[in-house]
Amino acid sequence: MASLTLDRLCKRYDGGVAAVNGISLDIADGEFIVVVGPSGCGKSTLLRMVAGLETATSGSVLIDGRAVDRLEPGRRDIAMVFQNYALYPHMTVEGNMAYGLRNRGTPGAEIAARVRRAAEILELSDLLQRRPSQLSGGQRQRVAMGRAIVRDPKVFLFDEPLSNLDAKLRVQMRVEIKRLQRRLGTTALYVTHDQVEAMTLADRLVVMNRGVAEQIGPPMELYEHPATTFVAGFIGAPAMGLFPAGWDGRFARLAPDIPLALPGFAAPPQPVRIGIRPEHVALREPGRGAFDATVEIVEPLGADTLVHLSHDGLSRELVVRTAGGFGPAPGERVGVEFPGARLHVFDVEGRRLTPVRPEPLAEETLQCLPVA
Amino acid sequence: MSTGLPASARFRHRLLPYLLVAPQMAVTLVFFFWPSAQALRQSLLREDAFGLSSEFVGLENYRVLFADPRYLAAFGRTLVFCTLVAAFAIGIALILAAAANAVGRGGQTYKTLLIWPYAVAPVLAGALWFLMFNPTIGVIGASLNERGIAWNHYLDGGQAFALVVMASIWKQVSYNFVFFLAGLQAIPPSVIEAAAIDGAGPVRRFWTIVFPLLSPMAFFLLVVNLVYAFFDTFAVIHATTQGGPGGATETLVYKVFNDGFIGLDLGSSSAQSVILMIVVAALTVIQFGFVERKVSY
Amino acid sequence: MVENHPGLSAGRHLILILGVIAISLPVWLAFVASTQDPDSFLSGRASLIPGRHLFENYALVLFRGADAASVPPVWHMMANSLVMALIIAAGKIAISILSAFAIVFFRFPFRTLVFWMIFVTLMLPVEVRIVPTFQVVADLGLLNSTAGLTLPVIASATATFLFRQFFLSVPKELVEAARIDGAGPMRFFRDILLPLSRTNIAALFVVMFIYGWNQYIWPFIVTTDVTHYTVVMGIKRLIAVPDADPMWHLVMATAILAMLPPVLVILAMQRLFVKGLVDSEK
Repeated sequence: MASLTLDRLCKRYDGGVAAVNGISLDIADGEFIVVVGPSGCGKSTLLRMVAGLETATSGSVLIDGRAVDRLEPGRRDIAMVFQNYALYPHMTVEGNMAYGLRNRGTPGAEIAARVRRAAEILELSDLLQRRPSQLSGGQRQRVAMGRAIVRDPKVFLFDEPLSNLDAKLRVQMRVEIKRLQRRLGTTALYVTHDQVEAMTLADRLVVMNRGVAEQIGPPMELYEHPATTFVAGFIGAPAMGLFPAGWDGRFARLAPDIPLALPGFAAPPQPVRIGIRPEHVALREPGRGAFDATVEIVEPLGADTLVHLSHDGLSRELVVRTAGGFGPAPGERVGVEFPGARLHVFDVEGRRLTPVRPEPLAEETLQCLPVA
Repeated sequence: MSTGLPASARFRHRLLPYLLVAPQMAVTLVFFFWPSAQALRQSLLREDAFGLSSEFVGLENYRVLFADPRYLAAFGRTLVFCTLVAAFAIGIALILAAAANAVGRGGQTYKTLLIWPYAVAPVLAGALWFLMFNPTIGVIGASLNERGIAWNHYLDGGQAFALVVMASIWKQVSYNFVFFLAGLQAIPPSVIEAAAIDGAGPVRRFWTIVFPLLSPMAFFLLVVNLVYAFFDTFAVIHATTQGGPGGATETLVYKVFNDGFIGLDLGSSSAQSVILMIVVAALTVIQFGFVERKVSY
Repeated sequence: MVENHPGLSAGRHLILILGVIAISLPVWLAFVASTQDPDSFLSGRASLIPGRHLFENYALVLFRGADAASVPPVWHMMANSLVMALIIAAGKIAISILSAFAIVFFRFPFRTLVFWMIFVTLMLPVEVRIVPTFQVVADLGLLNSTAGLTLPVIASATATFLFRQFFLSVPKELVEAARIDGAGPMRFFRDILLPLSRTNIAALFVVMFIYGWNQYIWPFIVTTDVTHYTVVMGIKRLIAVPDADPMWHLVMATAILAMLPPVLVILAMQRLFVKGLVDSEK
């Protein structure tokens, strides 16, 4: 249990490409931080720098206030759960879990006790004498976590641990991980590309894109007040609909016949992008909304329905999430309403403009020092 | 070839790697590089008859060698020898491997029965064939003589040569068989089936599908067989004909040994060693440069 | 094959049977010869069926050797061969696995140089450097010793490359997990790498044992003292008897004995052997 601080971490490869371009983050003791982003955004590299498997080009990692940059991974008092588990194939489950403790010279009795306890927590007690090849994917996952728990480290590191599991197991394990972390209270840094995992697990979320943190904050804040169009489009599924519009000081015009009033919005006239989440679009009878649109495709999910709408003035489809049992069929018309309070306005570069323009994070992070 | 694991999968240690490679390096330096350097050095010298003094003669030894009809004969003989051994050992092994592969389940017994000769030392192979062809008591040798075909490899150089060739082929077939069988088994059956559906009969299938897919393996074996024929056949010759009769079975490798240990002409023997080193180097370069790259599609 | 022609199938079996006969014939005849009494060699050619002197001949050769050819008892030579083969096999594997470990899992100055130095030894088979290597061994006073027999052939580039290739295929996450678990390089080697390499080591051991047992030219040159003869080179002494016909029954008995251990090893560990051969040449 410890705090974890990332101070302007940078990783630059030969050729000038910066995989991680200045990430700073203060993680409190016991916090569960999820770093989420598309593949190639640098999240794994970031995690591996914390682990010591990659050396930072500049910046440093502090665990409990102590800089660990010069320490071997084995001496940082961290534990990691790998995407493909990295279990030692020739050792039993027990052997796998005990290995780290043996290397540290922990007395045999204590190793046995810790392994037993971890096995109980993870329901592995019956599998202790099996080899990894005799286990299912989910069981191997739990052994990988058992190996981490047994060490009682200062920080847990998770590198997309659920990616190799099937969808149902993933949902199950997600809850297990959250429960476990609550129970143990260990600081955790978790990396994933799955925004659902990110939202459900995180105390705070870091959305990374191309080596830079676009936004850091609690999940709901990112959901309700995304700082950039990237974050807006990444968090929430189906993704927020983003449409270019012209703001003339009174209305934002999505299309000649779709003027949107933006109450309380005081920016000078400029091209903007308007965002609205599918679940916030209201559907009415044709003629009863701000404008009419044609139903293209209806996707019944059971509890909800996703409706794909088209409108001449809109450059792309509008996706709407509405209640199950949606009436109109493809080809028919519906009325569309955009509640003013649910609109997000971004400038042409994708930065948030409502209600008051906050300091974009991109300017806070210092760029990497050039490689000497 | 000098790529490796990423930095995260390597250890940071100053001294340890040197300690780990030290044994191999020590043996390599003392027993490989140092003698080879000596060979190079001695090839440029000529010792007097009593081995008391030596003088630097530059490339004289080499010049003498290439002007020596006996050496050139040995060179030519070795080339013929290698070609024959390689060609037959590969051809026979290929036929056997193709048959064994096609037989399917029964193939396992055949496989075992055809592999075990690999365990027989070349010198023993030589002894076996030597006996078999013995003019008076050898099963084959005596039968030939009885039927009017004069066979006596003690006297006839050509026959001695043939004997050594046959013994060498016999020894090498097992090795090639193992590899060809592995190569054949690696060809996905669906490819063969597709060809059959496309109307190709067994022979046509073999030449247009199987053989091309097998050719990297065949090329690799060709190089290995040539190296084998060049060097490992020393034992066969030494145990049976000792290069005779009249030098008819004297290959380059045997000549190195003969001139060095028996003739005690160090200068010439060293020069011959150096030439052989160049040959091996060339063959190795071919093997790793062309063959290895071809093996992976 | 796709078609199931009875004719084709019979043809294949015929080829294979002919092959097996051709391959086995020399050894069968040798076995037959080893069971004859000496006089049968004087009277015409050897028969195709075994004689009745099996135990006599083998006992003679095993325990008394053949004095006329100054060959020691074969069991003694076989013991020498065994020691040599075991040392060579174990030595080659031990040295190579350490070198391969260093080359793959460390980064150090001269790493590339070391790699190429090992590679170059592929181009220096013992036959090529035989005379100068003999001189070196003689200068070191290692003639007629176990060290002299084994050391010059104990560095193996093929084994090193085999292990290197295998090590490169180890998933890097395994090394990373071990590092996080606090394992240093030697612990990783002992606890993780070695167990994973077990099959490779076994397969290579089979191939190397046979190689070591069948060593000929080097032991021949390095041992002048009869007590150090290996069984494979003992054959040569038996055949090359000056001014007399070789005692074929004894020669063949010795030959059969000499080939027995390697053949048994191959038969017992065929799968491992094939793996060892195929892997080490790729």
